[in-house]
Formats: sequence, C-alpha cells, structure tokens
Amino acid sequence: MRHILNVSFRYKIPLWGSLLIVITALAVSASLMGRAYDDVKQDLSTSAKGLGRTLAVTLLPSMMNDDVWRAFEIINAPLKAVSPDSPVRAELILVLDNARKVYVSTNPQAAPMLSELAQWSPEHAMLSKRIARLALRQPETIELPGARRIYVVAPIADEGARLGTLVIVYAKDVILPRFWSAAWRGGVVGLLVLAVLLPINWYWGQRMAVPLVELATRMEQLGRQVPDDLDSRLYAYRDELGRLFEAYSRMLKELREKAALEREIVKSERLAAMGRLAAGMAHEINNPLGGMLTAIDTLKCHANVDARTLKTVALIERGLKQIKETVAASLVEAKLKSRELTPQDIEDVHTLVFPQAHKKALRFVWRNGLTRDVALPAAPIRQILINLLLNAIQAASETGRVDCETDIIGRELRLAVANDGQLLSATQMEHLFEPFSPLSESGHGLGLWVVYQIVQQLGGRIAAGRDGERMRFVARIPVGDGA
Amino acid sequence: MRDLTLPIRNRRLLRSLIWGAVLLMTAWMSAAAYGGEPPPFRIGLTTTSLQHAPGLLTEWQRYMERKLKRRVVFVQRDSYRETMDLLRLNSLDFAWICDYPYVYLQPLVRLLAVPVYHGRPYNRAYLIVPTTDAGATSILQLRGRVFAYADPYSTTGYLSPRYELRQAKEDPAHFFRKTFFTWSHRRVVEAVASGLAQGGSVDSYVWDSLELTQPELTARTRIVARSAEYGFPPFVAHRAVPAEDRALMQRVLFDMALDPEGEQLLKRLNLDGFTLGEPKLYDSVSRMMEIVDR
Repeated sequence: MRHILNVSFRYKIPLWGSLLIVITALAVSASLMGRAYDDVKQDLSTSAKGLGRTLAVTLLPSMMNDDVWRAFEIINAPLKAVSPDSPVRAELILVLDNARKVYVSTNPQAAPMLSELAQWSPEHAMLSKRIARLALRQPETIELPGARRIYVVAPIADEGARLGTLVIVYAKDVILPRFWSAAWRGGVVGLLVLAVLLPINWYWGQRMAVPLVELATRMEQLGRQVPDDLDSRLYAYRDELGRLFEAYSRMLKELREKAALEREIVKSERLAAMGRLAAGMAHEINNPLGGMLTAIDTLKCHANVDARTLKTVALIERGLKQIKETVAASLVEAKLKSRELTPQDIEDVHTLVFPQAHKKALRFVWRNGLTRDVALPAAPIRQILINLLLNAIQAASETGRVDCETDIIGRELRLAVANDGQLLSATQMEHLFEPFSPLSESGHGLGLWVVYQIVQQLGGRIAAGRDGERMRFVARIPVGDGA
Repeated sequence: MRDLTLPIRNRRLLRSLIWGAVLLMTAWMSAAAYGGEPPPFRIGLTTTSLQHAPGLLTEWQRYMERKLKRRVVFVQRDSYRETMDLLRLNSLDFAWICDYPYVYLQPLVRLLAVPVYHGRPYNRAYLIVPTTDAGATSILQLRGRVFAYADPYSTTGYLSPRYELRQAKEDPAHFFRKTFFTWSHRRVVEAVASGLAQGGSVDSYVWDSLELTQPELTARTRIVARSAEYGFPPFVAHRAVPAEDRALMQRVLFDMALDPEGEQLLKRLNLDGFTLGEPKLYDSVSRMMEIVDR
C-alpha cells in the first residue's frame, strides 16, 4: 500500500480520478443492469400469468370430461405459436391433478402422464410442496432458491372446486438474451461515458501533476545548486499552485542575488589579499634593491674597473632597474595629494592615445561629459583612463571601434570604455583584474590590476561586462566633498 | 361490470341476427338457383384421414355434384357418435362410417359400397408404440401403460385391441393404467409419436396413408402387431333414401376408378376404388362386439 501511495502525482492524480470514474460507471451500470434484469423477469411473469389464466380456463372442460388429448392440444398451442411480442417461450407446460401427478404435459417423454411431480428431482419435490401449500386463487410465480427455472402456477378450478394445477415452466436462460440486449445497451453507454471522461480526467490530472512534479524536482536541487527557472506558461493561474510558482520564482531570484554577492565578496577579498601581498613583497624587494643599485653607482663612480667588468655591471644595473620598475608598477599608490581633475586632463588623454588608435585605423568615438573641475586627483584618473583605453585599443579588432565616455552622474565620476574585440569568457572575467594577466599579449599584464588598485584606493568600483557585442569597462569613482 | 356486459350481449345478439339473416338469404338463393330441384345429398363422414385434407374433400364434393347432377353436402363431426346420431335423426342420406357403427346401426342403413384397399375390401388394426420402446412385441406387454384409443365406436381403434385382451383373458377396463380417446386415428399416431401414450391402436389404412404423406410422423412409431382383417369401413345409405338415388350414388362410386379424374381422387384417397360389398364382410366385427360387450 505504501508503495502505491509513494507513486508520483503524475500517475496518482489521473489514476485516482480514473478509479473513481470507473467505480461510478460500474456502480451505475450494475444498478441499471439489475433493474433491466428485474424488468425482463417482471415482463415474463406478467405475460406468463396471463397465459396461465387463459389456459386454465380453457383446460377446465377438458379436465372435467377427462379428455386428455384435448388438454394436450391446448397446452401445446402456446408452444407451437410464439408471437413476436413475447419471444420468451416456455420450456414445459404441465397440468397436475390434485395429487400433483402429471395429468398431461407438453413433453410426455420427460414428464410422462401420471408420474408424480415430487419424484422427479429435489427441486420438483420442493415445487410440489409449495403448490400443495398455496391456496391458489390467481396465477402466481414461484422461484425456488438455487433453481434455474421459473415456475408460473395457475389453478384449474370450477367455482372454487379445484380440479388441478397448471404449471408453466420457464428456463431462466430464456430471459438472458433479452437481458443481455438491455445490458449491452447499458454497457455501450457506460463505455461511451468512460471514453469521454477518462481522457478529460487524464488531461486535468496531468495539468495538475506536471507543474507539481516540476516544482518538486527543482526544490530537491536546492542546497546543492541554484535550480533552473520554472516555465511560467506551465501553470498560469492564480490558485494555490500558481501562488506556489510565484513564491518559487521570488525565492530563486533572491538566491541568485545572494550567490552573486558572495562571488563578488570572494573576488574582492582575493584581490585585496593580493594587493597586501604585493605591497609587502615590494617593500622586501625594494630595500635590498635600493642597496644594490647604490652599490653599483658607487662601483661605477669610484672603483677602478676594467671595461669588461663595467659591461657586466651595466647589465646587472639594467636588470635591477627592470625589477624596480616592475615592482613599482605592481605597487600602486594613488597619490591623493595632487591637483584637481579638469576637463582638459581628459582631452590630454585623448591626445596621448589617439596615435595608437590611428595606427589600427579604429573608429574612435569620444565623448567628454566633463564641463568643470572635479574634486578628484588628476594623475590617478588619467592613469585609469589611459590604461583602459590602451587595453581597449589593443583588444579591438582591426578597423574596429572604441568608445570612451566620461561624465558626472550624481556624485560619481563615470569612466566607460568599450571595444568591439573578442568577448571574454566567464572564467576570463573571473580573473580579469588579477596581476600578470594571461590576457596581456604585450606588457607585463599589470594594466587592469593597476586600474583596479587605483579605483579601490579612490573608494570606487569597476566592473567589466558585455554590452551587446562589445566588452565594456565602467569605473565609478565617488567625488569627494571638496577634497 | 354490468355496464360493460350489456353492450357486449347486445353486440352478440346483433351479430347472431346478422348471421341468421345471411344464412336465410343463402338458403333462399340456393333454392332459387336450383329451382324446383331436389334437396342436396347429405353425406356423413367419419373416416378420419379426410379430416386432414380439406382440399381433397372439396374436390371430391365437386366431382360428385357433377356426376350426380345434384348438390352434395359433406357433414363432418368430431366423434363417430355424433355421425351416428345424425343418421338416427335422418339428417344424413349417405355416410362413410366405420364397421362398428355400421353393425350397430344395421337396422337403419343399407350397405352401399365398400372401398377397395390394396386390391381387397379389408383393413386391419395396427398396434403401435413409440420407437423409443424397442421391447414390446404384443399388447400383453403394455400392461399398466397409458394407451390411446381412437374412438369408442371404432373397430380398429377401440374394439380390436379390447377383443385381443379379452381373448387373452384380460380385463380391458383395468389392463391399462390409463386410456384416453383422441377422436381420430391420425391423432392416435400423434399421441404415440409424442410419447403421450405408450401404446395405441390405429387403422392400417390411416397409418399407411400417413406414411405416404407424413413419413416423419409415422417414423416415430413402431408397429408391434397387426390384427386380423376386418371389412373396410363401408359407404352406407339411410333406409329412407329412395332406391334410384341409392343406385345413382352406387354407380358414381363404382365408376370413379373408370375416369381419370375419379382415378386421381382415388389415388389421393389412397384407395383402389369401390366395390359392392356384402354385409357378411362385417360378421367378424359383430362377433367381436358380442364378446367384448359380454
């Protein structure tokens, strides 16, 4: 039983519905069939009683004159002619005397004259007893328990003086064909009803079950992953199920937002840790490096060294300077004490990068929204914009397009740079602002790292994303209060 | 109920009146048609094979009317007794009756003609049982059975088996468990064939004729014993019939075998013709009557 109840709603709802429909149809059909059987039996009883009454009256003179042959002809008449309106034919007609011996019968071989009814079989013994007990005035139907025959008995009497009893015997089988024809009609109607109701029930059951099943499947995924959206067309109504759908959608939206937030936090934590690490390392490297460079200077100025040694020292000096530059590049420090950003600073950046863009024959779309000075240090902002633009120019396809927009929105400076180059994958986006980016084909891959560090130090934020078929970087930096 | 019975009675009365009027009209019209001609010959019939061939009877009647140049009315009754009563009442001119009634009514009738059957003016009684009874070989083995007689005034269908029992020193009244009359030889065959009676006595002429026309009926019976020959049921004339009418009727019957139409009718009657019989043909029946009635 438990297994059955564990079955999916997808099957359970239509099955329960079908079961109820079938049970109802069966119950209605059975009661109609029972009614039909009773009707047919009632018809038989009524027509048999009429026949019994007529025969009893006709038989009276024959019995009074002991005219066996005439009586035989009379009882045989109804068996020979079966009228179409009463197709039920008697199996046997008997005339019994008062001792319940056969006076005459339609089948003398099976029911010979003068044989005692009670001697034939236990069933007939019971019938004989019943006839003896009955004070018969009118034809009556006798149905014996377990018997496969129906008996209609009628008195043959002359003004109360009973001469004998007429017995008309019907096999119950004879009413079966009529019963079956009635039952068949009922059965066909039942099947038609089922043929209409079952598909409707199945359809509605599926309508109910499929959304529930989908919902259940997704709810099960909770905890392991954020499940997919539900197709709102699956159930577009405002009942309890519909409300459940809406609640699910709301929950899903909140879950996604939470997940995105967590990812963002993880990413910035990582970048901050990298920044601290880089600063520490730069400090540890810069100290000995400064010493080494001073030593080389001293060696070059004061020591008496041969040309070969000098060459080697110069090589070491260049290497050490490169290390110093690299370390300096990764150790970004926005120098806050600087003059304020002016619209001209933005135009200067345009002048600086334009030759690069021109080299690739790019369409350079420039929109400078700044109209007045902004309370932000000019140098770091210029650095950010130059880095973003150089990246964009490098990433843009040949004869492609690069857009640059700068404006003040509310209390924020917004720098937006877009290019039509190859779009970045989700993994690439994940590690976009990390130092020594593998995306960088030339240079040390520190451009975006530097940008990120500066933006962070200025209290702003930067995001990369797809804008249609373009990659777009947007940096937002809060404008300080008169800082 | 009273309200209903009254109109029904009225209707019945009306119907009887109409029928009476129609009959009177017919009688008057026939009398007018035949002018002053003598009244029709009334012929009584008991020999029962004709009862079941109404078409044959009508043709025989027309044949006779043409030959006799006089109208003929066949009068059929259900039992021999009723035909005998009609003869006694002088309501019949001629009759084809069984030997027993002939012997019984001898003072009242004259022998006119005797049918010839299989070349001889004789018939017999057949003792028959259902074919399901394979054992019986004589009437004495039917003790305690149900037995069917044809008619209490039939030689072959009543007198003969009782005579046999008498000869065997049995009491015919108690020999059988139950007896009944079927009022015709043909129905004796039916009663035995259906199993209603376990034995029966039937005229050989009727059984043989039935075997020709309804072999499926006779096939369900078996002839156990054949009796001695008796004179064939004769055609008789009432003693009141004038000699010339008697001679005319006799001639017509004798001449039936001579013309094709008559021959055809005889063939359908399963007879060879008619011959002048003698009353002593029926002496054996008379003796049997004496013995049985004793």
